[in-house]
Amino acid sequence: MGERFESVADVVERLRSVDYLADDDIASVTYLADRLEKPVLVEGPAGVGKTELAKAIAAATGSRLIRLQCYEGLDEAKALYEWNYKKQLLRIQADREHETSWESVESDIFSEPFLLTRPLLEAIRAEDPVVLLIDEVDRVEIETEALLLEVLSDFQVSIPELGTIVGKQRPIVLLTSNNTRELSEALKRRCLFLHVDYPDVEREKEIVRVRVPGIDEELAEQVARVVRSVRTLDLKKAPSISETIDWARTLIYLGRSEISPEVIGETLHVLLKYQSDIAKARKELVEK
Amino acid sequence: MLDVLQGFVHELRSAGLPVSMTENLDAMTAMEHVDLQAREVVRSVLAATLVKQQRHRPAFDTVFDVYFSLFSPAAEDRAALDLPDELFGTAGGDIQGGGAGGDLTREELAEMLLRALQSMDLDELRRLAGMAVSQFAGMEPGRPVGGTYYLYRTLRQLDLDDLSARLVEQARARGEIPDDPLPGRLAREEQEARLRELRRLVEEEIRRRLVADRGVEAMARTLRKPLPEDIDFMHASRDEMLALQRAIQPLTRLLAARLAQRRRRRHRGSLDFRRTVRASMNYGGVPVEPKFRRPHPAKPEIMVVADISGSVASFARFTLQFVHAMASQFSRVRSFVFIDGIDEVTRFFEDTDDISEAVHRVNTEADVVWVDGHSDYGHAFSVFHERHEREVTQKTSVIFLGDARNNYHASQNWVLQSLQKRARHVYWLNPEPRGYWDTGDSIISEYGRYCDGVYECRNLRQLERFVSTIADA
Ligand SMILES: Nc1ncnc2c1ncn2[C@@H]1O[C@H](COP(=O)(O)OP(=O)(O)OP(=O)(O)O)[C@@H](O)[C@H]1O
Ligand SMILES: [Mg+2]
Repeated sequence: MGERFESVADVVERLRSVDYLADDDIASVTYLADRLEKPVLVEGPAGVGKTELAKAIAAATGSRLIRLQCYEGLDEAKALYEWNYKKQLLRIQADREHETSWESVESDIFSEPFLLTRPLLEAIRAEDPVVLLIDEVDRVEIETEALLLEVLSDFQVSIPELGTIVGKQRPIVLLTSNNTRELSEALKRRCLFLHVDYPDVEREKEIVRVRVPGIDEELAEQVARVVRSVRTLDLKKAPSISETIDWARTLIYLGRSEISPEVIGETLHVLLKYQSDIAKARKELVEK
Repeated sequence: MLDVLQGFVHELRSAGLPVSMTENLDAMTAMEHVDLQAREVVRSVLAATLVKQQRHRPAFDTVFDVYFSLFSPAAEDRAALDLPDELFGTAGGDIQGGGAGGDLTREELAEMLLRALQSMDLDELRRLAGMAVSQFAGMEPGRPVGGTYYLYRTLRQLDLDDLSARLVEQARARGEIPDDPLPGRLAREEQEARLRELRRLVEEEIRRRLVADRGVEAMARTLRKPLPEDIDFMHASRDEMLALQRAIQPLTRLLAARLAQRRRRRHRGSLDFRRTVRASMNYGGVPVEPKFRRPHPAKPEIMVVADISGSVASFARFTLQFVHAMASQFSRVRSFVFIDGIDEVTRFFEDTDDISEAVHRVNTEADVVWVDGHSDYGHAFSVFHERHEREVTQKTSVIFLGDARNNYHASQNWVLQSLQKRARHVYWLNPEPRGYWDTGDSIISEYGRYCDGVYECRNLRQLERFVSTIADA
């Protein structure tokens, strides 16, 4: 069993020490993931700190972060391992003159130096403590999801030419999803589930304070309140935490110590990305 | 603990949440690792193992609050089961509150509440919420009324609007809220958030006492709220309307992604010979990386014709919203709305990317009243025939929305008969339960005769299933 954290309170404290502010759910599930050695499926809107959570856990536990970024068309060769075709072809061609037996060429080209290790295999083989982040898993196709499921279940992989490689330890595994499609029931059953949402004013204010050097408490509070207000509007895309942070940085950069409608007006584009959203927020917060 | 947990899982299942065997086992193991005195940690951990869909979380929380409350049978046995008191939440009196704070005047209570809201002292607020319920809710043992009734009584007496106004006044006296719109707005929102917290505590308290009175089983049954996808369009309360509203966007996004993927898989694309050969040049002419062509699937065109008269208005609204949110799945979506007159409203949706604004314009600007503003399907359909039938082609699927309650007017169902010959498909979605069809002034069968399918469509689940079939066809 993993014992990277002493208690839920310990998770909170150590994540805070690397500037990540966890709420009750985040801290409890992180703790449980370590104890049960089960992967966590982290779901929620864009920019609420899903990826950052994995980084923070790695930093807080002194682990190496291995990241598998998912995309449509990601396959076994890019996720797990593949043989280095180019190198193998060169090796075969180089051999024409020397006339080594085919058997020995074959066993040669299917050996370690010709293997390209991808993130999943890297995590399985790791001897040092690692955190494995499988980012945006909702983008892969069902077949690849099945592969992930298999790897996560046994934490081992068999390579026909090399035999079975068994993981020496269970890393903390986080899968993130923006929920663009429903993941399979099997995968969900296998994982602990964590939904991360926009933080409340109190937590967002704290996040701003740790992430934006030089900001005072008063301004951080105002920033968090304005962002909450903006999020209540019916928008195409609500501001994420990273946009809150960018906005606060912009205010500091412009030397604004207080938020007025004018200040909001001139910086709204940092917080919102769509013209229609900006227009809506301008109407509500600036022109009223 | 294991028995208690089994009881809890049983409650979850009867509330309609799917809990598998594995998840059940995980929850049990998880309990070995947490401090049972930390109620909120227990909640988080059970949710993480048992609930794998965020939209099920509110239902989970309700069941949790009821089940892990001081009055549940499990709590009564807690000494024997060796479970800590803290797991079952805060202590408190019986249903009538055991006289706690019974002799405060309304004004005194309001003063104390104001102070607690000011400092946001949660423990104090919870205590005061308890007093408010004792004094104002008028709860009596065995009385067969629901929690909403008590909540309403308590809140009315507490007069949240008044509290809110006084909070503003106090703040203004301290010079905190200048009368400028922006700071005013922010301060107001902060107060609303605090009052919502108070309201939540009152609700929690009422629920707790109801459990005391009626037992966990009975309470869990009355609290069972439908999941958003099961809310009936025709009888949604205000809160449920909001829940529906929020559920549409994620649902349509998921569905669009699923359809795109299905389409892609079906048309995996043929081998692109030229690109494969070009790629093979990198490997001394060995075609190690086959390349495929991207297929271009054909998408159907949709015409929606919706009754938006009172009884079915919210059904029409959610369906229009849903279909337009799925517009990328079709080559074009056109919408027509009618009561006894008919008007095309496609432009409202195409002018803006804000669907709720479009729906608002449909309700306020569309020209749908011909004589008296009572549904007349027959008249609306014959006008549709006159103006638009020519635009219906082999690529078009026409979808009618409505309860087919025609106020005993002529049906003019020849319009559908003629449409069916031109169109790719004609469908009808009826928001009434099947059992009511063709009763009273409903003439659904007269229209259904000329449709390729008539579907009961009472909730998002049924709507989603239907849209998924036609987008795929
Ligand atoms: N709890 C937190 N504490 C401190 N900083 C945070 C927290 N959550 C988010 N942030 C900040 O917000 C930024 C965005 O977070 P991140 O990129 O992890 O979001 P995400 O949920 O992975 O988004 P996406 O879905 O777009 O990938 C982080 O870089 C970090 O600066
Ligand atoms: Mg991310």
